[in-house]
Amino acid sequence: MTTTLNRTLNDSSEDKINTEERIKIRDIEIVDVIVMSGSAVSALALSYFFFQILLPVSGVLGFLVCWYVFFNIISTVAVWELRGAVKAKDHLARTFIWTGGMAAVVPLILVLVYVIGKGYHSLRPQFFTQDQKFVGALSDSTEGGGAHAIIGTLQQVGLASLISVPLGITTAVYLNEVNGRLAKPLRIIIDAMSAVPSIVAGLFIYAAWILALGNQQNGLAGSLALAVLFLPTVTRTSEVVLRLVPGGLREASLALGGTEWRTTSRVVLPTARSGLVTAVILGVARVIGETAPLILTVGGAFVMNANPFSGKQDSLPYFVFRLIRFPQEAQVQRAWTGAFVLVILVLVLFIIARAIGGRGPDHISRSKKRRLQRKGLA
Amino acid sequence: MSENILSEGTPVTSTSDVLTPVVRRSRADQIFRGIATTASVTTFILMGLIGTFLLVKGYDALRVAGWSFLTESAWAPDQGGAFGVAAMLPYTVQIALVALVIAVPVALCTALFITEYAPRKLRRILTAMIDLLAAVPSLIYGLWGLFYLQPRLITLSKWMADHLGWVPFFTVDDQYGTSLGLFPSSTFVAGVVVSLMVIPICTVVMREVFSQAPAGEREGAMALGGTRWGVVRDVVLPFGRGGIIGGSMLGLGRAMGETIAVTLIISPSFDAKWSILDQGSNSIAALIALKFSESSTFGISALMAAGLVLFVITLIVNAAASTVVSKSRSGASTEI
Repeated sequence: MTTTLNRTLNDSSEDKINTEERIKIRDIEIVDVIVMSGSAVSALALSYFFFQILLPVSGVLGFLVCWYVFFNIISTVAVWELRGAVKAKDHLARTFIWTGGMAAVVPLILVLVYVIGKGYHSLRPQFFTQDQKFVGALSDSTEGGGAHAIIGTLQQVGLASLISVPLGITTAVYLNEVNGRLAKPLRIIIDAMSAVPSIVAGLFIYAAWILALGNQQNGLAGSLALAVLFLPTVTRTSEVVLRLVPGGLREASLALGGTEWRTTSRVVLPTARSGLVTAVILGVARVIGETAPLILTVGGAFVMNANPFSGKQDSLPYFVFRLIRFPQEAQVQRAWTGAFVLVILVLVLFIIARAIGGRGPDHISRSKKRRLQRKGLA
Repeated sequence: MSENILSEGTPVTSTSDVLTPVVRRSRADQIFRGIATTASVTTFILMGLIGTFLLVKGYDALRVAGWSFLTESAWAPDQGGAFGVAAMLPYTVQIALVALVIAVPVALCTALFITEYAPRKLRRILTAMIDLLAAVPSLIYGLWGLFYLQPRLITLSKWMADHLGWVPFFTVDDQYGTSLGLFPSSTFVAGVVVSLMVIPICTVVMREVFSQAPAGEREGAMALGGTRWGVVRDVVLPFGRGGIIGGSMLGLGRAMGETIAVTLIISPSFDAKWSILDQGSNSIAALIALKFSESSTFGISALMAAGLVLFVITLIVNAAASTVVSKSRSGASTEI
């Protein structure tokens, strides 16, 4: 919308003299480049001198830290000389904030690369089709598979979303559209609920569902525990998404005589659809790796049990958690394979969520277009 | 929130002579409201049930232990011995604090970087990265921490113990001197790993608050010749103080409840100590995960009581945090 608007504005002004030239506020001058690279090189030389010759310590990390400190000192002094104290402080703050921003990303990449590197080479196709029935602790790490765990995870997460997604979105609708008397305390409760430690959710289901109601450990119990964790996430993110729907749309619908129900179901929810789907998928990506509540609820198994309503079941994270603590090399390697699959699963979900979330509310999918064409609307 | 004239039964002004709008809802709307309200009431009930059931099932153990549950540091409910959370609780807090000491500065920088410094393209990538950081399961962080980080981190632990030993938390008293074997499975290692899970939580809250810093004041500071850091220091940070505090507290709540990563890394210890670098640590969540499968009915009741303590603490921390954040948050709605 805005881009087309800009384009038309630009088109009309093209034949006139372009008086407006955008001022660049962040212009890097050649002096800055020279100062920075000079500081970097001299910091390198200085830290080499100190680190290798004067101090009795060694190690890559120490060297890097040393270099970083020297670089900051030298470049700040240089900027101070050139531009004065205010600019020097600005420069120092900028370096720190850039470093901090990068510091959040580096471990993420390290984690992903490490887990993928550890797990991929013992992954065989049968990991997705076999269970651990005929596998002993000493058999080769490529034997058997985690199909039982994958099935368990999918069923548990699926059941959990069946419970939590409708409940969560309805609660979000209550918070944002109905906005009744309960809305304020409800927000506090949802916030509090999202802080419930995952193990406590597991304990709760164990206490309520298994001890008090006399059920057994099975997939359903696991999915209930996951649902407790899933619900606040869905509610909070959906509420944010619903809040982004412009109030003008709501008012337009109401002014045209639409009832609340129609406004919500025909205007608000469809507008927020891609956001809601993103919220749900991101929630699933977070719940799918939960281990702690499942330790207490699903029981764990080494053989296939495709019925979540009876008998102990396994789940992928629990599978990894159990096997990684075995002393045998092959078992540990099996756990890494499981961890690899889990990470890939999370990554795929994440990418799907991003792809859908990137679309605007006016995006028309191919199937929608076909539907509209059939009705003769597009 | 949008002012929804039709849905509000209360008069807009407080003067009594203004007519209260008469609201006539259609049948469909009544049902719609009913369903939405039921869903929210369910959430209330669920939250109440969590506390109730932990209390009911932990009552047996609490009755036996009494107040000593908070002062006793041993854990032997199944052997008929004393049990309490006096060792776990300090360890839980220590791990969370280590995590916060690392995570808060990083999250602060990241949030400032995303809102103030990063070029547009990098900003989107970084936001996605932070979301991904939150989506990676804690199990994966635990595995990474155990196999990759710990062997590397203990050299740092040793260095800190050798050179910064005068700081009370870093004192490691070992009669044979420090060796690398002394440092794995420590509070410090667990805290570093947990910090990775805290960073996204803090960052998201801080970023949201920073991005709401009033544009007028921001531009005013710029127009007065302020540098970017000047704007950050004098406009963004003062405006976002609530978000910084609240975000950190949310992180604290999350860090204290973190289970699997801590379980994988620590080796349980039941004597609280000040030093964070040497072997042996504990946390309530990890205790529950470790002891659950080997506990009798009474042992499980004791674990429920421990879970209740953890539940109450995270609840208090989180309630305080969300109060701080919501106070600092201004008009958050979008209107056309």
